[in-house]
Amino acid sequence: MTTTTDADTGTDTRRAPGMLRRERIGHLLQHHGALMVLAVTVVVGAVAFDSFATPQNAANIVVSSSFLAIIAIGMTFVIISGGIDLSVGSSFVLAGVLAAYGSRYGLLVALLLPLTVCGAIGLVQGLIVARTGMAPFIVTLAGLLGMRGLMLAVSDEGANTYLVRNDAFSALGQASFLGLTVPVWITLGLALLGGVLLQRTGFGQNVYAIGGSEEAAVLMGVPVTRVKVLVYLISGLLAGLAGALNAARLSSGVTILGAGMELDVIAAVVIGGTLLTGGSGGLTGTMAGVLLLGVIQSLINQIGVLTSSFQQVVSGAFLALVVVTQRILHRAQRLS
Amino acid sequence: MATAVLEARGISKGFPGVLALDDVSFRLDAGQVHALVGENGAGKSTLIKVLTGVYRPDRGTLLLRDEPVTFDNPLAAQRAGISTIYQEVNLVPQMSLAHNLLLGREPRSRLGVTDTTQLYAEAERVMTRYGIRTDVRRPLRSLGMGTQQMVALARAVSIEARLVVMDEPTSALEPREVDTLFGVIADLRSEGISVIYVSHRLDELYRICDRVTVLRDGRVAHDGPLDELARVELVALMLGRDPAEIRRDGATKFTGEHTTTVGEPLVQARSVSCRPVLRDVSVQVRPGEVVGLGGLLGAGRSETAKAIAGALPVDAGTVTVAGQQVRRGSPAAAIRAGVSLVPEDRKAEGIVPTLSVRDNIALAALPQLSRSGVVSDARIDRIVDSFMRRLRIKAASPHQKVSELSGGNQQKVLLARSLATGAKVLLLDEPTRGIDVGAKAEVQALIDELAAEGLGVLLISSDLEELVEGADRVVVLRDGAVAGELSGDQVTEEAIMATIAATGETDG
Amino acid sequence: MAELAAAPRVWGGRARLLTWLQEYGVYASVLALLLFNVVFTPHFLEVANFRTQLIQVAPVVITSLGMALVIGTEGIDLSVGAVMALASAMVVLYLGYGAPVAIVAALIAGAAAGAAGGALVAYVGVQPIVATLALLVGIRGMANVLVPQLTEFRNPTLITLGSRSVLGLPLVVIVAAVLTVLVAFLIKRTTFGRQLVAVGGNRAASRLSGLPVRRVLITVYIISGLLAAVAGVLATSRLQASDPTSLGLLMELSAITAVVVGGTPLTGGRVRVLGTVMGALLIQLLQATLIKHNLPQSWTQMVQAVIILAAVYAARGRRA
Repeated sequence: MTTTTDADTGTDTRRAPGMLRRERIGHLLQHHGALMVLAVTVVVGAVAFDSFATPQNAANIVVSSSFLAIIAIGMTFVIISGGIDLSVGSSFVLAGVLAAYGSRYGLLVALLLPLTVCGAIGLVQGLIVARTGMAPFIVTLAGLLGMRGLMLAVSDEGANTYLVRNDAFSALGQASFLGLTVPVWITLGLALLGGVLLQRTGFGQNVYAIGGSEEAAVLMGVPVTRVKVLVYLISGLLAGLAGALNAARLSSGVTILGAGMELDVIAAVVIGGTLLTGGSGGLTGTMAGVLLLGVIQSLINQIGVLTSSFQQVVSGAFLALVVVTQRILHRAQRLS
Repeated sequence: MATAVLEARGISKGFPGVLALDDVSFRLDAGQVHALVGENGAGKSTLIKVLTGVYRPDRGTLLLRDEPVTFDNPLAAQRAGISTIYQEVNLVPQMSLAHNLLLGREPRSRLGVTDTTQLYAEAERVMTRYGIRTDVRRPLRSLGMGTQQMVALARAVSIEARLVVMDEPTSALEPREVDTLFGVIADLRSEGISVIYVSHRLDELYRICDRVTVLRDGRVAHDGPLDELARVELVALMLGRDPAEIRRDGATKFTGEHTTTVGEPLVQARSVSCRPVLRDVSVQVRPGEVVGLGGLLGAGRSETAKAIAGALPVDAGTVTVAGQQVRRGSPAAAIRAGVSLVPEDRKAEGIVPTLSVRDNIALAALPQLSRSGVVSDARIDRIVDSFMRRLRIKAASPHQKVSELSGGNQQKVLLARSLATGAKVLLLDEPTRGIDVGAKAEVQALIDELAAEGLGVLLISSDLEELVEGADRVVVLRDGAVAGELSGDQVTEEAIMATIAATGETDG
Repeated sequence: MAELAAAPRVWGGRARLLTWLQEYGVYASVLALLLFNVVFTPHFLEVANFRTQLIQVAPVVITSLGMALVIGTEGIDLSVGAVMALASAMVVLYLGYGAPVAIVAALIAGAAAGAAGGALVAYVGVQPIVATLALLVGIRGMANVLVPQLTEFRNPTLITLGSRSVLGLPLVVIVAAVLTVLVAFLIKRTTFGRQLVAVGGNRAASRLSGLPVRRVLITVYIISGLLAAVAGVLATSRLQASDPTSLGLLMELSAITAVVVGGTPLTGGRVRVLGTVMGALLIQLLQATLIKHNLPQSWTQMVQAVIILAAVYAARGRRA
């Protein structure tokens, strides 16, 4: 309980002429910065490398980015609500193993088993976060460890790589339609659906409201607990789906991929302009962020002399740049 | 007698150690603007929280249009037609104006998703009625406080409110925005909607309020039509003084005048401004002098102290200590110069709850109590021991956690922390609020003693008696500016109240 | 709202239990696990076994100490594992100039990484979790770029550091013990240590009391980076190889677990040095116990997850 005095609210409300323009530039940078950088990078890449701007390379980038993108959609919901989900990388791997394991019982089991398990764990995490008020970061950290353990347990301590034994399920990861694989189309569909959910429904607005100010959201009648639980459920389900699709693509439940994937996902979301403090951001930015990471990776491959780890350096630097820019924009807004 | 919109009968609400509301009755008629006033700790925020479903009363009943009601949470009160607009706008700053206004009631298209065209049109329509013409798609935080306040008001009214509670709605508004707000309040009144208006700005109260309820120490001190009450009477009621019988000395531990009030000023603040909370404030304190800082809540007293202590980013003005200018915006520089602040909000800005009494006392003086970065436990023990004894700090041991002490002892710990730095000037912000009678007397006696030793003290207090008996000179603030200065025989409760109540000159 | 401030705390039986758990739970658990092993695990009491356990836990202890300091300021440092990898890469790169130069280069790199994260937190005002996340991603990449594949080396000094014992105690363990004492001294006896916990306990009060809040914050991250680099050097010298892709992977999680389980609250204002060491030991013992009893390693992680949740829940119950 703090005693609030006028000083806390005493911001000067007058705006200098030209403020609106600065504000608009800030808004543009915040929401479409990743898209602009993506466009510039693509143009530079196309000029510099002949083999970059080919349909083949574009398809490669899109296909390899699609799994990250699916998880990033869920993560965007979580981060906008003011939380974070560190468990998605583990969820992704676990789902792959479960899907490959389940594929021997048919397509339906191969899909439902990972979705059920990952969804259930997401739900539990959501319940713990919403009900006990424990920090999302620590709850999902425990989720990360727990699911890694579960994955190892299912796969005989990682020694057993289940192979996918169902053609219909394999097709889900490998078949192409209009030159793009099925996961890409699924990603597009989910991004569209997620965008509508976030921007055009009461649920989506509730997510923004909770992330913006939980206290205000309660007073405005938002069912905070329910929305929070749903957000973690969505994140768990999408990470599970991405893992299952990846297993279908690789025809096996690989146990070594996906560690640390949560960091790439969070990086993509933050680069896309979604603030980790919650309450603002969106899926367009996230998609641009994911693609930007993919394009950078592709460019580094083109350069050849650089190892692929260079991509991490670039995305780390980029992430730092983005958060610093966001802070500066934030300060400029406060001072005005 | 007309049906009351809302009536509270015999409401009591206690917290451990404090009875915040004691048998409070309150009646609000339809279409009335009802002022609710009182100083800090008088119980108005508790009363508002009871009326709006944040707290449940221990005793007493609430009647909504003559029907008894209980609210489980703020939402229930909202559904019953009671909306609250808080001092700090309780909306989502990052969301657009339109989404804030219509959250939970978004218009849907035939596909079941939000129809944004209609959403923005509806928001624009509503806001026009409140005299706001702006792009409703802009995020709320990019708009002025006045507009934000208006959106909160529009949202409150649009959920079919019969009663709107406004808690210091104008504290961050400009005069033009205040005019718009008052226009809207007049409209509400004519529509039969009632308003509970909480403010310390007398001008505003007299401009728009019909009735006033004054709370003092958890009880109703006065209730009646506002226009029958003179300004100075209202101030007297708020500060718990009866203008008829003042002057009765000896209730505080102050001895009165101090001898040494001559000499060069120890600390001097010149034309300090920090818009919009402080305008051109000048104060000086000489050695051995206790200077009181008077005024109502929100007049800028705490801000003045913080500005001098380097804890407030000031726009203009200088602070000098013994003739030397102190670097702006650095509490560390102020402490090195010998100025130390004991803040009003002990919990948020004072104690470090995870540390012991000893570590809390030594905190600010650590650089003096250590050699090449290693603290000298012997020196700390000595200084902590001497201050614990001198200030009679009651703790099981110096190693007890400070959060386990009573408020009075925590306050003494903070005083000890300031004194341990070797401060020449103490800025004491409400040093006796919320502490028990015994500790209060001890703190007051200590202030006298320190002044006698030649320290300069700036004393902020809402307790007029404390101010009059403790201070040699009183600077009265009003709306962030100096309204007057009283010294010698002029320092009386009447004079302070008259200075506060004087009609504020309209600033150019 | 001032009337609320004076509310004394009412303690229920459950709250008391949670408090006890937070204060002593880690010691009790370590003791219980030790007893269990003494009784049920063959060869547990042998010196060789203790040596192995201690050598394995040393890098975790060292990074956890830095993490405890950061968490004491209400922060977090996700970059420690990556800094270990970077330090390892630096060792390989500069080994040509001799082991001392290589070690110093590694430590400088660690401190610089910490300074970068600390600057973002203290001066730019970025949330610790984001600032150090950016660092984690970037530094792990940098380490991989510098040393793209597993590189073995033979350097007598480093071999000594990694495998020599003094008075029966492995050097690695001695380093960890010395650092533990140093950090405990830092917290208990230095101005900086006192200021650190004060900044974590109440930042506004610390600022008003004239504490150099920003300098304290950046220093804490530098120390965390340095300690992680030390852990990286030790791990490298034991392996006699540098593998930046896998060295220190998920170390941040182990360190956070050790700190949290050791009773340092995530809300800052308190650093428990011995508790942190015990937390690291607990996880190590748990792992060893499961392995010795032929229980799969997957169990460790699941049990670890439960322990983290329990520790944080206990800390939360104490505040509520």
